Amino acid sequence: MTQEKVRFGAPLKIPGWVNYALIPLVNLVAAFVLSGIVILIVGDDPLEALKVLLYGAFGYPEAIGYTLYYTTNFIFTGLAVAIAFHCGLFNIGAEGQAALGGIGVGLICLYLDGLPFWMIIPLAIIAAAVFGAAWAYIPAYLQAKRGSHIVITTIMFNFIAASLLTYLLVEVVIDPNGQSPESRRFIETTWLPYFHDFLAMPETPLNLSFIYALALSAGFYFLVWQTRWGYEIRVVGQNETAARYAGISPAKNIILAMMISGALAGFVGINEIQGVQHRLILDFTGGYGFVGIAVALMGRNHPIGIFLAALLFGALYQGGSELAFEMKSINKEMVIVIQGLIILFSGALEHMFRPKIEAAYRRIAPRRPVEAS
Amino acid sequence: METFHIIVLLLDATFRVATPLVLAALAGMFSERSGVVDIGLEGKMLGAAFAAAAVAALSGSAWVGLGAGIITSIALSMLHAYACVTHKGNQVVSGMAINIVVAGLAPTLGYAWFRMGGQTPPLSGDARFRSLTLPFAETMRDVPIVGYIYAELISGHNIIVYMAAAAVPICAWILYKTRFGLRVRAVGENPHAVDTAGITVDLLRYKALAVTGLLCGIAGSYLSTAHGAGFIRDMTAGKGYLALAALIFGKWRPVPTLFACLLFAFTDAVQARLQGVELPVVGVIPVQFIQALPYILTVLLLAGFVGKANPPKAIGEPYIKER
Amino acid sequence: MSEQAPALELRRVNKSFGPVHANRDISLSVDRGSIHGIVGENGAGKSTLMSIVYGFYEADSGEIFVKGDRCDIENPQSSIKAGIGMVHQHFMLVDTFTVLENIILGVEGGFRLADGMTAARKELIRLEKEYALEVNVDAIVGDLPVGLRQRVEILKALYRGAEILILDEPTGVLTPQEADHLFRILDTLREQGKTVILITHKLREIMAITDNVSVMRRGEMVAHLKTSETSQAALAELMVGRSVLLQVEKEPAAPKDTLVSIHGLNYLDADDVPRLKDINLDIRAGEILGIAGVSGNGQSELLEVLGGILTPTSGSIRFKDQELVGSKAFTARNLRKIGLGHVPEDRHRAGLVLSFSANECAILGYHDKPEFNKGLRLDRRAIVETCEAYIKKYDVRPPDPYLTASGFSGGNQQKLVLAREMEQNPDVLLVGQPTRGVDIGAIEFIHNQLIKMRDAGKAILVVSVEIEEVMSIADRIAVMFDGEIVGEIAASEATETRLGLMMAGVRENARNKKAAG
Repeated sequence: MTQEKVRFGAPLKIPGWVNYALIPLVNLVAAFVLSGIVILIVGDDPLEALKVLLYGAFGYPEAIGYTLYYTTNFIFTGLAVAIAFHCGLFNIGAEGQAALGGIGVGLICLYLDGLPFWMIIPLAIIAAAVFGAAWAYIPAYLQAKRGSHIVITTIMFNFIAASLLTYLLVEVVIDPNGQSPESRRFIETTWLPYFHDFLAMPETPLNLSFIYALALSAGFYFLVWQTRWGYEIRVVGQNETAARYAGISPAKNIILAMMISGALAGFVGINEIQGVQHRLILDFTGGYGFVGIAVALMGRNHPIGIFLAALLFGALYQGGSELAFEMKSINKEMVIVIQGLIILFSGALEHMFRPKIEAAYRRIAPRRPVEAS
Repeated sequence: METFHIIVLLLDATFRVATPLVLAALAGMFSERSGVVDIGLEGKMLGAAFAAAAVAALSGSAWVGLGAGIITSIALSMLHAYACVTHKGNQVVSGMAINIVVAGLAPTLGYAWFRMGGQTPPLSGDARFRSLTLPFAETMRDVPIVGYIYAELISGHNIIVYMAAAAVPICAWILYKTRFGLRVRAVGENPHAVDTAGITVDLLRYKALAVTGLLCGIAGSYLSTAHGAGFIRDMTAGKGYLALAALIFGKWRPVPTLFACLLFAFTDAVQARLQGVELPVVGVIPVQFIQALPYILTVLLLAGFVGKANPPKAIGEPYIKER
Repeated sequence: MSEQAPALELRRVNKSFGPVHANRDISLSVDRGSIHGIVGENGAGKSTLMSIVYGFYEADSGEIFVKGDRCDIENPQSSIKAGIGMVHQHFMLVDTFTVLENIILGVEGGFRLADGMTAARKELIRLEKEYALEVNVDAIVGDLPVGLRQRVEILKALYRGAEILILDEPTGVLTPQEADHLFRILDTLREQGKTVILITHKLREIMAITDNVSVMRRGEMVAHLKTSETSQAALAELMVGRSVLLQVEKEPAAPKDTLVSIHGLNYLDADDVPRLKDINLDIRAGEILGIAGVSGNGQSELLEVLGGILTPTSGSIRFKDQELVGSKAFTARNLRKIGLGHVPEDRHRAGLVLSFSANECAILGYHDKPEFNKGLRLDRRAIVETCEAYIKKYDVRPPDPYLTASGFSGGNQQKLVLAREMEQNPDVLLVGQPTRGVDIGAIEFIHNQLIKMRDAGKAILVVSVEIEEVMSIADRIAVMFDGEIVGEIAASEATETRLGLMMAGVRENARNKKAAG
């Protein structure tokens, strides 16, 4: 370290790969080790379980299709949570926003199904975005204008959304010929095309929304880092006082970021309702909104990281159901345990290994030039 | 007289529903008053519910089960402290991680140990907390109004209901009249002041979170060994979040929090009664609306439309010395 | 324990924060029953040193002796036990608590509060009498004015049996009268045999009240002196390491048109407290208008109103013949477009986004200008090139447009902000605390840049709490007190005494009316 560096107080820079690859990896390994211990406790072989999990997620074409279908949901919610994070907001309400997005999609597919598919699909996308964004708008407005804490309001809004969905399914859009609280099946012209419709692959739920999710990831990158609007969102997220000083309205950007966030979460409805279920059902959000927080955290709020993290959780979902099938002591809740542990280690305990890893890096790294000379 | 009976029955149901809410909300109060956000009340309750039911089933004693529930809940609370206090992790993420881990772990272990689809064996006899009949309850029953209230409403609950009732004044006393309470309130407002006053911030928050764990443990055990008779997956069903809402609605103070819990529990009791009942003017109120009411009320309160809630000033921020 | 031993002695204390060596081999000896001053520039390591003595930070190496006994001070508990009390720059009080609750926090005297409270109340009333520190023990601290809160802090230390009292920049938030009152209290403490350590960067205070003084510079102790045997000039030289040219060399101003004209400006804050009262000011091209005053007397609000961040309650601001109040142009964003630059008082909180790279910081507030955008996207290349040009012209070091803002020293951060605001070539420039926390070399550079801009015919408003700074660069000086302009004089007629009186709220006009305070 040079004298100059000491004077300026700039700590030795930790390179990106430590921050963006090594530390998340260590956290992930820790979560898996602990999960392995749980598997040992319930009386199964963790290594065998890992093998089944990997095979179940990637081992054959069908598995990959399923994995990518789950991944799609996690990309949507991961991006949703990430855009809010960029604005300094913790959107814990992606679950509720996804539910509303699904309601929007459902209403379009139920009541406008006379329209041709090339109109239905964009309309459904718009409805998912509008419903999701509207649901995020209220907590955002309350945070920006009335100072109520967004974490609490979005939690409350998840419950309110669940009640709303139940109400609609029980009282309004319920299939008159059915018993359970769900809508009638949509007519086929409203369905989103499956991958297996135009690719030579086995039947899986993987549909066009996967491509849409990838396109949104690119759009996300462009918006956040390449435009003045993304710049404003990031300024507000990092330093509200500086934003106000620079003439950037925190309130406007909080609302904007949250509405984008809600719209992104709402697209889960496209994948689930229009892509796979083809009817409005209860609980189709399946915790994707909550796991989206883990996806964003692990992915460091960057679309590439989010894709990788989404793929991880997608694999976990798909491989996990295989696991419950194959192993005698493991049921599908095991996947929830692994998920929770990943969130614990890569989110709440992310600072546990970091100082040690950084210190280790510092011990090793500066020696190089010395040895070279 | 009919209405009177209905009201007494409604209130009776209210008390039963309110018990875990009161305990969990008071638990949250210690955590949040010390500056640590706790959305993990749900997970701690669920963990305690599972441990209490499992141990009660094995030991045949509800009390041993309660002990196991409390230990489990405190352990989870210490994990929260370890993440948020020691490692300055994000408190919301930590709470959520705990909720998710427990939601998976309890049925996983239940499935492995009891092979009953993630449930624990049904509890009976001493493995469950039974209703207590207070002295003279039966003889007083015939005394009009007062006697009926005593026999139906006051008497006939299990011990944990009475514990919850006692917990409110005890927690209020601890919070406002003791050294520990003073320090907890101080550390949630200004941890720097506490540190410079020669008190270790981290240790204090650990202690507060231990109290949180204790109370949550009782709340969770109530669900599986007193209110219910065994553990069912997801049996907390959002009660932890509802308790959190009650805590906020009660502005982080014990007595208003108690009333918030009673209000929320009352809406729950009423909802069961109102199902499909045609009311004058409004007609049939959808059940889902009544279910969502506590959350709507809390949002309105937070938005300042119904009073004003001022959270502890240092809440949510890990304590880091300057620089 | 020896009678002769000093109250506090430090031997070769070292402390580093990462690669920053904040305290280097510090030795210090403080006599019993004396007031000992420690002076140094911002960032010289004074506060760090005292935080080590108070146990808030642990020293990396070195020894601490209290009354001749070696003490292992690891945390505030051990220093309280050793009889050391500290009044921090930012008060360590719980605003929602009463004075009494604040004072007993940590020394409650039993599990039940009621047990200790009665005794504490009696003891406090005794202490208040003994040291003339009157304050209502049942008042809520958040409702008290700063001067009283400081008294609570002093009481807190005395209640814990402090023999040595450390005060960190105690007058920063006080009016001169309150500061005088504080000094009387410190005098009383000395008479009662207490030892006081006063940390400050204000030399006048050192001369006025201390017996001995130690000077710190860049983490090192450079001198120990008897106050009676030194002078302000000598101390200033020791602080900065060479003779300071306090007077900036400049030609007399040639003021031209009035570019900003403020009339009857009022501002009420969110709690309806008046922060600006009937402000009348003209800012003219080719002139630097300095605003002096103790911090917290409305200067920050004035800057933020003029910068379009706060909306005034009433009054008029004419900007180049355009009325701003009530107009669409009156936002921070639009003002920049019509030629107003603003260097904020606090570069960390407002001027920069510390986690952003230098080049992203270089467009803050100007990010939507066409030159930085290409269609929908930000023009990264143009931004980096602009930043490189700023870095070169303002000699920002290290010259790396990709380094995060937090990686620059205070002076270089300030240069970056100045470059951004000046290079947009505004007609009017608002500058808050131009050299706060800036090293001496950069101070000269910044002052010269401001003068150059003035000579180029721009109108400049400088707000500074450093009276010397205002006197040296301003052409005209207005003094603010309690939200009002209490006086306006030409810099050539200003003396420290005159300004000092005005800063205390004493008006110079015919009726010589004393402002409330």
